[in-house]
Amino acid sequence: MLMPSTGPRTRTVRVRRQLPTSPWLFAAPGLLVIGAFILYPFMSTLVNAFTDRRTLIPGEFVGLANFRELLHDDMFWTGLRNSALYVLGVVPALVILPLLLALLVQKNIPGITFFRSAFYTPVVASIVVVGLIWVWLLDERGLVNALLETIGVGRVGFLSDQWLLLMSAMAVTVWKGLGYYMIIYLAALANVPRELHEAAAVDGAGAVRRFFTVTVPAVRSTMALVGALSSVAAFKVFSEVYLMAGPSGGPAGEDTTLVILVQRTGTGLTGRVGYASAISVVVFVVTVALMLLVLRADRRSEV
Amino acid sequence: MTRVRTGELVLRYVLLLAVLALTVGPFLWQLSTSLKGPTEDIYSSPPAFLPQHPTLHNYARVSETIPVWDYAFNSLKVATANVVTNCVGAALAGYALARLRYRGRRVATLAFVLAMLVPVEGIVIAQFTTMRELGLNNTLLGVVLPGCIGAMNVLLMRNAFLNLPYEIEEAAYVDGANVWQRFLRIAVPSVKGTLAVVAIFAFMGAWDDFLWPLIVLSDPSKFTLTIGLNYLHGTFANDERLVAAGTVIAVAPLIALFACLQRYFFRGVGEGAVKG
Repeated sequence: MLMPSTGPRTRTVRVRRQLPTSPWLFAAPGLLVIGAFILYPFMSTLVNAFTDRRTLIPGEFVGLANFRELLHDDMFWTGLRNSALYVLGVVPALVILPLLLALLVQKNIPGITFFRSAFYTPVVASIVVVGLIWVWLLDERGLVNALLETIGVGRVGFLSDQWLLLMSAMAVTVWKGLGYYMIIYLAALANVPRELHEAAAVDGAGAVRRFFTVTVPAVRSTMALVGALSSVAAFKVFSEVYLMAGPSGGPAGEDTTLVILVQRTGTGLTGRVGYASAISVVVFVVTVALMLLVLRADRRSEV
Repeated sequence: MTRVRTGELVLRYVLLLAVLALTVGPFLWQLSTSLKGPTEDIYSSPPAFLPQHPTLHNYARVSETIPVWDYAFNSLKVATANVVTNCVGAALAGYALARLRYRGRRVATLAFVLAMLVPVEGIVIAQFTTMRELGLNNTLLGVVLPGCIGAMNVLLMRNAFLNLPYEIEEAAYVDGANVWQRFLRIAVPSVKGTLAVVAIFAFMGAWDDFLWPLIVLSDPSKFTLTIGLNYLHGTFANDERLVAAGTVIAVAPLIALFACLQRYFFRGVGEGAVKG
């Protein structure tokens, strides 16, 4: 506690001179940006959902009219169904496949760094690039169909059938996400004590048995995290379906998702901002519910 | 024992190569398509994996069809601005949340946490309305602003600063260093790694972004590369060679960046596990 005799005095002087301004000066740019461009738009989305606001018309308070209209809007139900199906299709694949992939690249064998990086490449590429690559691959005359024809299966209309198109988009989402979640799992696997595996091996447990009795319990909370992250992202899917099915989500819009609907309803000079905001509110509510659901399932399974 | 291990090793490499074909193959097919000349059949079955007479003709054509280099320059401007604002803004705000004592700090932290949880896809329409009110719709500034200081980056920087030992800064404090000197000379140099992660993800996020620029930009002369590609695809959908050349132009810089700086891409996600 020995200090030079001048220390305490300069200290109080400095504290008094700096403290009132500089902390807020440091935080101000960040607070300003998130305030103006994230939190304010969020609040105004909540407010606009109860108005008939349009792009060029301020609009008036209409109570629950937008939500009542949603109930009778077939397009909304189609979007909700497709977004929900997207979660059901994508999430199990993104929880399990990257874990298997992480186990494959975990062991340090020669060249493994190259493979890890290569598997991450789709994550780095823009979703537009990825979408267009797959539109060409899955084209009626594209590579996948050429290969299918060569082996005698015949051509498949991946991008023309409503359901095949939705499944193809899901496959693209999984393909792009694999590397990202693989890295998350690699970090979790690094924390699994090697002794656990060795002990199980000594007890005569095979690779499959060890996977279920050692690996899965050890990374269970990571699986819940991946489940939460991927389900929220899947429910908000936009780009994959937009690029593969077109701006209107397929010829009659039967592949539309909720976010495509938000984008299509709310933009342009005649955009129905109020109605699009009501759809956004549904997106918020389901997103939060999905997160809580996955994290709660995790807690229950740990008890 | 050795035979079993060799067997396992062979199996591992077979699986690795299969996954490699699935993850990297599509990019190579796109590259191959972009190099095929106008007379070459790109629809052949069985497919021809390599171009017979590789040519850069399609790259010249794509720049005649859309101003692809202007779009690339727009993307570069947006991405660079996003890197600078995120690094500076997130470091400043992160430091304020981690180190400085003032009334309202908890509220400020909470604001960033809430902002991180808001799903951007749900607020794009309101963000667009805000931009219109500011007169910034259809400008590159409007593209940059909403993400120019990401809440997640602020919280990342906050954690990095919190993990620094406080004693060094305390010593500097006693030696008479003011808050800016402590921030610039001691704190920031010690979190360079996290700053690099923020920079890379800010660049990648801006370069790859699609939904927001699609909404905020309407004038084709101001398009970024992703929106330009979507435009190219919508207008010249049946010219696969052209679209392929465009996608290669869009993805090549990021793959190069990733190849040079991969450890930062993986950093923070278990360094020990990732190092080969």
